[in-house]
Amino acid sequence: MIAILAFYLFATLTIASAVAVIFARNPVHSVLWLIVAFFNAAGLMLLVGAEFIAMLVVIVYVGAVAVLFLFVVMMLDVDFSQLRSGFTKNLPFGLLIALVLLAEIIIAVSAWRAGPALSGREVAAVTQPNIIALGQLLYSKYLFPFEIAGLILLVAMVGAIVLTHRERPGQQRQNASRQIRRRPEDAVRNTKPGVGEGMKL
Amino acid sequence: MISLAHYLTVAAILFTIGVLGIFLNRRNVILMLMAIELILLAVNINLVAFSAYLGDLSGQVLAMFVLTVAAAEAAIGLAILVIFFRRKGSIAVDAATRMHG
Repeated sequence: MIAILAFYLFATLTIASAVAVIFARNPVHSVLWLIVAFFNAAGLMLLVGAEFIAMLVVIVYVGAVAVLFLFVVMMLDVDFSQLRSGFTKNLPFGLLIALVLLAEIIIAVSAWRAGPALSGREVAAVTQPNIIALGQLLYSKYLFPFEIAGLILLVAMVGAIVLTHRERPGQQRQNASRQIRRRPEDAVRNTKPGVGEGMKL
Repeated sequence: MISLAHYLTVAAILFTIGVLGIFLNRRNVILMLMAIELILLAVNINLVAFSAYLGDLSGQVLAMFVLTVAAAEAAIGLAILVIFFRRKGSIAVDAATRMHG
């Protein structure tokens, strides 16, 4: 009973906040609604026993992606009201496309049957915690894709840095090769000035 | 009891809202990227639901990869957005007419 209530609570909140994301006037509100949607989707995943993915959604989506969005929205000085022109113009056509798409997906879902290999198969009872089972799978059968995923993240990081990095005039930077070329013989001078004569530099 | 069809329906609605968001905010790239995140979230819910109801953990591993790609895509997309804003002073995508070649 409580599971059913929780499912409907999470489902309605996810969908309502997703609607708020695309209809909010202020993009900062959009990002905040997006965070609500992510939390509730994590709750939905928790209900079917996928604890690890649920926590990953909270950490990655809320902790990284949503904060990145918030950062960019607040950093860019954009007139967002001007960007909303064409919103009402696109609304009827967009709603039509969306309704057709939704009807198609719902028909496909209701017509769905598990394939011959899976239909009627007993679902194995869960014997070990989700995170242990997932870890064993990840580091054995899916080891290679897992490493590729890490590589994708590396490429994304390098790409984001390369794209947004810029040289400003007058910026002081370290010149490593010049530093390494510098020798003590050229850089240090021993002098012994007489008393009261001072130093000539 | 909550069945697989319930989850698939929720994911379908979420997916449709994401597509609608891309259609409605044709000029605002930030909102388009957010709509893409919603679509990927719907895909993740589908994968996790199938994985739980078919008793096969591979779906959850795949959901993790989708999460990775979503994070990478958001980072690159927002970086492109920032340099586009620096060039043009605006993020209206229909102003992106100099992207040929």
